[in-house]
Amino acid sequence: MSHILEVDGLFKSYGATEILKDINVSIDKGEFLVLVGPSGCGKSTLLNCIAGLEPITGGAIRIAGQDMTEVSPKDRNIAMVFQSYALYPTMSVAKNITFGMQVRGVDKATQSAKLADVARQLQIEPLLNRRPGQLSGGQRQRVAMGRALVRDPALFLFDEPLSNLDAKLRVEMRTEIKRLHQDLGASMVYVTHDQIEAMTLATKIVVMKGGIIQQIGTPHEIYTRPANTFVADFMGSPAMNLIPARATPNGQGSVIEIAREGAEPLRLDEPRHAGLSGEILLGLRPEDMHEATARAGEALQGGAVRVDVVEPAGADTYVVARLGGKEVTSRLSADTQARAGAALEFGFDLSKASYFAPETGERLA
Amino acid sequence: MTDTSYAPPTQSRGLKIALRWGLYLMLGVFAVWYLLPLFVMLTTSLKSLEEIRTGSLIALPREVTFDAWRTAWSGACTGIQCEGLQPYFWNSVMLAVPAVMISTVLGAMNGYVVAQWQFRGANIIFALMLFGCFIPFQVVLLPMARTLGILNIAGSIPGLIFVHVVYGIGFTTLFFRNYYVTIPAELTKAAKIDGAGFFRIFWSIFLPLSLPIIVVTVIWQFTQIWNDFLFGVSFSQAGTQPITVALNNIVNSTTGVKAYNVDMAAAIIAALPTLLVYVVAGKYFIRGLTAGSVKG
Repeated sequence: MSHILEVDGLFKSYGATEILKDINVSIDKGEFLVLVGPSGCGKSTLLNCIAGLEPITGGAIRIAGQDMTEVSPKDRNIAMVFQSYALYPTMSVAKNITFGMQVRGVDKATQSAKLADVARQLQIEPLLNRRPGQLSGGQRQRVAMGRALVRDPALFLFDEPLSNLDAKLRVEMRTEIKRLHQDLGASMVYVTHDQIEAMTLATKIVVMKGGIIQQIGTPHEIYTRPANTFVADFMGSPAMNLIPARATPNGQGSVIEIAREGAEPLRLDEPRHAGLSGEILLGLRPEDMHEATARAGEALQGGAVRVDVVEPAGADTYVVARLGGKEVTSRLSADTQARAGAALEFGFDLSKASYFAPETGERLA
Repeated sequence: MTDTSYAPPTQSRGLKIALRWGLYLMLGVFAVWYLLPLFVMLTTSLKSLEEIRTGSLIALPREVTFDAWRTAWSGACTGIQCEGLQPYFWNSVMLAVPAVMISTVLGAMNGYVVAQWQFRGANIIFALMLFGCFIPFQVVLLPMARTLGILNIAGSIPGLIFVHVVYGIGFTTLFFRNYYVTIPAELTKAAKIDGAGFFRIFWSIFLPLSLPIIVVTVIWQFTQIWNDFLFGVSFSQAGTQPITVALNNIVNSTTGVKAYNVDMAAAIIAALPTLLVYVVAGKYFIRGLTAGSVKG
């Protein structure tokens, strides 16, 4: 039994509305699980169910091998960090951190030893006598983390802990959480709607939509082999291009035909997959569309496409063109030759391509 | 389009000052208009009956005397007894203080439950309590008299306390619920995970946040209960009447010459405690009515 958390066939509904449908997920000790999805997908509800703050309609939850389905939050051996930090406004920072121990009747000496420990770890020693109202957002975030750390739980739960911070601080705290995870070797479940947070932090990602798990996998799997068009579109920025195309079987492989404006359709050989035929969606990340004159693009198949918009973004330049009747975005180097209105020779790295069924959105290959 | 300068409509300095003074003049007139009755009450209560008869209503007393106050406090007749307001004043204190405390505590608990522990039917219960705020006093008189009779506390001060607590719960619950509903639910969740239970969360987290709304509730309830006449006159008997009933009796049961000075003094005495509560806690009253949000 090395699973720290097992969620087994979990259902959750409010009245007749099903919020979560048949959720099955488990993590091992030391794993960092990120639940990601658009708002209303049920990710926060799932976290609240794991914490025991919401009763579940069906299924079971086990933490560290023990059935916790009917156990109250305080006895689940968990700690939680909230989006609003939920610091007790009338208590000092020190009291905020020790409140849980005080409630559980831990003796004073242990309390202050643990408090000092956590305060040093998070560098909040000078703040201990302040009230939450006197702290900045980043400091409150640290105190909230301190309150969780001092518990030393089997499982940490984070409910969008960074979304109230400004962009710069968010990146800093993200790194800090990752470092904390590495240093402690702790098991964590983390909810976010930010796919970049999910990619950077997770060892395992659960993508959710409408209360249903769309895909579970490592960040690399999710990114390179999305299970459906929803995941393909949601993870990655700019999103994966989903280009309407036509496939014809061709001996060992297939031929992919993509309509383009003012010219013959592009014809690309896909030697890896033989089973493709008919209307499909070709999924291609922006960085897998190269400029044919650039080094990486020379060996690739491709063709000329008229460029609509060129958006320099510093390190990269995003180039928007139309393929198969849809806008596609490619991430090219900053010194690209692309000019709006002129044709550009593209090379497509089909070895990284995904294929989806247009009607269901499911992955074909 | 770089010219974003904005020229305010010009207005002469003289006109501005004139308008400002006109405004102050108006406010002054209204203030005097509203203060006039109080002025007449105060001056009349400090005059002798002789002077009232001969002098003008709004004239200052020629000779200040506190005789009327002394009579109102300890000598005026309410019907057949002539002990002044004193015993009834203490009746009102013994009635209002416990009634305010009990209804405030119950309202705080109710508000906490309704706002933070969403149970099935919580909104219906809250709506029913809210409805209780709009029931006119007169409607409950008969059923309440029957209830007090069954509970065997009719005509007693505990009976009156009971009436005021029951009638006040709707308001106090409304106050506390609306205050607590602005406190993020995550606070309760965090405390639950920290291991705190229902009462611990209320005591350690919600009560320390509640000073402004407690003050609002206390002022509201105290004013209501102290000034109440209908319940007081309906559910009391000789010896347990509150001050409002006694005041009425003093004013309406004089024979011969009407002692206006005593009536005025008695009325001011009856109004003083509510005035005092408002002066002491008024700062929080305004704050509590407008605020309520917790920026944590």
